[in-house]
Amino acid sequence: MEPVIEVRDLVKYFPIRRGFLGRRVDWLKAVDGVSFAVHPGETLGLVGESGCGKSTVGHLMLNLLKPDRGVVRYKNLDLSALRGPEERRVRRHLQVVFQDPQSSLDPRMLIKKTVGYPLEVNRIARGAEAVARVKAMLAEVGLNEEHVYRYPHEFSGGQRQRIGIARALITEPEFIVLDEPTSALDVSVQAQILNLVGDLQQKRGYAYLFISHDLSVIKHMSHRIAVMYLGIIVETARKEDLFQEPLHPYTCALLAALPLPDPTKRRVRASLQGDVPSPVHLPPGCRFHPRCPQRMEICSLRAPDGLEVLPGHWTACHKYGN
Amino acid sequence: MGATLLEIKDLAVQFFTYQGTVRALEGVSLTVQQGEILGLVGETGCGKSVLARCVLRLIADPPGKITAGEIRFKGRDLLKLGRREIRQIRGNEISMIFQEPMSSLNPVFTVGNQMMEVVILHQRVGRDEARRICVDMLRQVKMPDPEQVLAKYPHELSGGMRQRAMIAMELACRPDLLLADEPTTALDVTVQAQVLSILEELTRQSGAAVLFISHDLGVIAQLCDRVAVMYAGHIAEIAPVAELFASPLHPYTSGLLQAIPRIDEGKAALKVIPGAVPGLIDPPRGCRFHPRCGQRLAPCDREVPAFLEPAPGHCVACHLYASGGRG
Amino acid sequence: MAVNGAQRSIPEPITLNPLFDEFRKQYAWQIRELLFTIRLLRRNPSAVAGFVIIVAMVLMALTAPLLAPYNPIQLSLVDRLNPPCMAHFFGTDELGRDILSRVMYGARISLWIGVVVVLIAGGLGAVIGAVSGYLGKGVDNLIMRVMDVILSFPPLVLAMALAAALGPSLNNAILAVAFVMIPKFARMVRGEALAVKERQFITAARASGAGRFWIVRHHILPNCFSSVIVLGTLILGEAILIAASLSFIGLGAQPPTPEWGAMISVGRKFLMDQWWYATFPGLFILVTVIGFNIFGDALRDVLDPRIRR
Repeated sequence: MEPVIEVRDLVKYFPIRRGFLGRRVDWLKAVDGVSFAVHPGETLGLVGESGCGKSTVGHLMLNLLKPDRGVVRYKNLDLSALRGPEERRVRRHLQVVFQDPQSSLDPRMLIKKTVGYPLEVNRIARGAEAVARVKAMLAEVGLNEEHVYRYPHEFSGGQRQRIGIARALITEPEFIVLDEPTSALDVSVQAQILNLVGDLQQKRGYAYLFISHDLSVIKHMSHRIAVMYLGIIVETARKEDLFQEPLHPYTCALLAALPLPDPTKRRVRASLQGDVPSPVHLPPGCRFHPRCPQRMEICSLRAPDGLEVLPGHWTACHKYGN
Repeated sequence: MGATLLEIKDLAVQFFTYQGTVRALEGVSLTVQQGEILGLVGETGCGKSVLARCVLRLIADPPGKITAGEIRFKGRDLLKLGRREIRQIRGNEISMIFQEPMSSLNPVFTVGNQMMEVVILHQRVGRDEARRICVDMLRQVKMPDPEQVLAKYPHELSGGMRQRAMIAMELACRPDLLLADEPTTALDVTVQAQVLSILEELTRQSGAAVLFISHDLGVIAQLCDRVAVMYAGHIAEIAPVAELFASPLHPYTSGLLQAIPRIDEGKAALKVIPGAVPGLIDPPRGCRFHPRCGQRLAPCDREVPAFLEPAPGHCVACHLYASGGRG
Repeated sequence: MAVNGAQRSIPEPITLNPLFDEFRKQYAWQIRELLFTIRLLRRNPSAVAGFVIIVAMVLMALTAPLLAPYNPIQLSLVDRLNPPCMAHFFGTDELGRDILSRVMYGARISLWIGVVVVLIAGGLGAVIGAVSGYLGKGVDNLIMRVMDVILSFPPLVLAMALAAALGPSLNNAILAVAFVMIPKFARMVRGEALAVKERQFITAARASGAGRFWIVRHHILPNCFSSVIVLGTLILGEAILIAASLSFIGLGAQPPTPEWGAMISVGRKFLMDQWWYATFPGLFILVTVIGFNIFGDALRDVLDPRIRR
């Protein structure tokens, strides 16, 4: 099946300016060569800790940022090359749901307008028809028709996330970036939202990029998973394969560090020393080598190439190189 | 474990706001034994942070007020102590660490300055001795280059290091009780693992008891000896950790456990607790969980359930276990 | 403390008329907020005092044609320079006109000046500030430097220069004062725009395909609304003062217009022996400006989100 959206060798650096004249002193290498594809009806989970660049990847895929190198292709169209009406036609198919239910909705805007404006702005529908679609969408995410006349602060966190989802889905997109959609929610509400998102995908065949730092949520939601560290992907695999046989030492460390909600399964917790280094001064060779418990000599000299070690299971680590 | 260190009895706290009176805590009772790690778990608005702050009398008087109950620490009622006596206890016998270390460490003073201030204040030693104690503590929390760290400002340290400095600072005076309010929620998972290891090691070594507050059931399962589950200002259930996870009695607890996605099991859909946490200005009558409860009985919307002990060491506030009912 | 309104229900509205109903549903929250604001203001002594003053001035202005005892521009050379007495509460001026009536009509003019200045300066300033803050970089730099230049002049001096250049008349005075006030609004709104710009709903709007000007109009400006109102009440007082000063030096209202500043200007000559001439208009300027200032201060406090919750 053809992928809905594909990124190839994506690179994005942010300049760090210091000094009186704001000279560019260094680069923050947020994304440093990322490639993957997402197919219709599939969820790709993007997991990593803070500073690994996963949110930046999401922004790049939505054309909110232009890549410095590499390309984002939506159905064979290069996103950064699009202009004007073409770009608008494509935009409605790429939507996003954000993390923070507090700030992802405009507090001064009625829900009617918040959920409805994408229709207007993309010239899909207006007036009474738009309102009708808004009401239908709200019903689908589990809210009441009457809610169109309310403001965000009258809703709980979970309900606000539902509104955010409604806004994302109203233009009938094909690809949605979910950037930590449940990280700010309580456990019981998180379950409701995750179920909703999953059901909608089954009904409508959306492709999702599910960004999170929480491996258990990622496992529950994704079909395939990509693990990011300091701007690159270190491992990609189908969900079952990743958890049964993690290849990259970082993935193993993430799994080991995850606290299991089962007191009978207590185990040695921390296998990783030190803090996540900054994306400004990258270690030479393999980025992970200073913290890697399975470090070899070659790891500080040369960055490993990616390799498909098992069918459908890709990783970049010298352990599997030749 | 040992004798009872902290005993909270029937605590009630209210906040007076323009919208009305928020009944944040009502009828809360729990105990912390010497040397144990008691987990306090609940969702937003359940009152766990308020409870911890009550122990150290950190609730701002308007708008908050402790309207009933007592908090006995080593036999003395903390709520009746004068201001000077409470200050003696804070940082010395009872310490607290917070979720966001950036806002609990003063950004204009160096870490060393703040740590030594606490030590000098409570242990009445000179600067050199205080410095030695601080470096020693930092070494115990596995901070690289402890002497260097003393000279740094909080913003120069990473989140994990700041939290470790916070732990070192609060444990420097060897308190008997440490209140930890979501100390690892804002940290990355690998850093969280390190901080939890350090916390567990140090408190076991010194014999301090810990009241560990979190909304993350995984962390609670891995760290705590006993667990108290809170919902909307009430305590729902208290039990030893293995028993709570294996056989939860309160419908809320079992609902929570079924709602979390697990790495070690595959689940098709998460079982959901319908509805949302109620507002505390006008909470539901009787058991505050009853509107969302799948096992509702007749008295649930009228009477607040009493705190019962259907199994030894395992307490629950639910009408399902009232004498004569199912157990 | 999370005070969750999740279970709060809006009471069933009484269906009088479908259109009115629609209006009521849509603005239910605004109406509630307004009532809440009014409640908070009622408890604040300076808000009440300021409000009373403002209402008194507004009433005086509105009812001047009905209640003023004399025609403000009617001459009566017989009654020149009479001190305050039963027939003329505030005395008469050098042409025999009743000062009380002139002061009452003067309120109309001063308030009109204040309101128009705030509308123009507030409207233009807010748009300039919002666009500048949202677009950022070069545009922001350029606009803000221009605003800085305007702000670097003492407002009265600049207003004088403009009014003189445009020609002495009341309308020109209004334009001059409005121009001088624009940067104050622009600066403030720009600051708010910078903060609002970073919030996630703006990114969401961009991702949904909203253009820059749409975002400024529908997202940024509404979120700056309450601070514009507060600044407006404070600027209103200042505008009245500057306009009066312009009239004082002859650049604003021209005779026989009974503008307060113009009256003081002429009354200056008579200050020694006929104290009432300049004193009453001056007193009214003082009280009006104070009224707007203390009300604006109290309003700012009340609308501050931290105090409200």
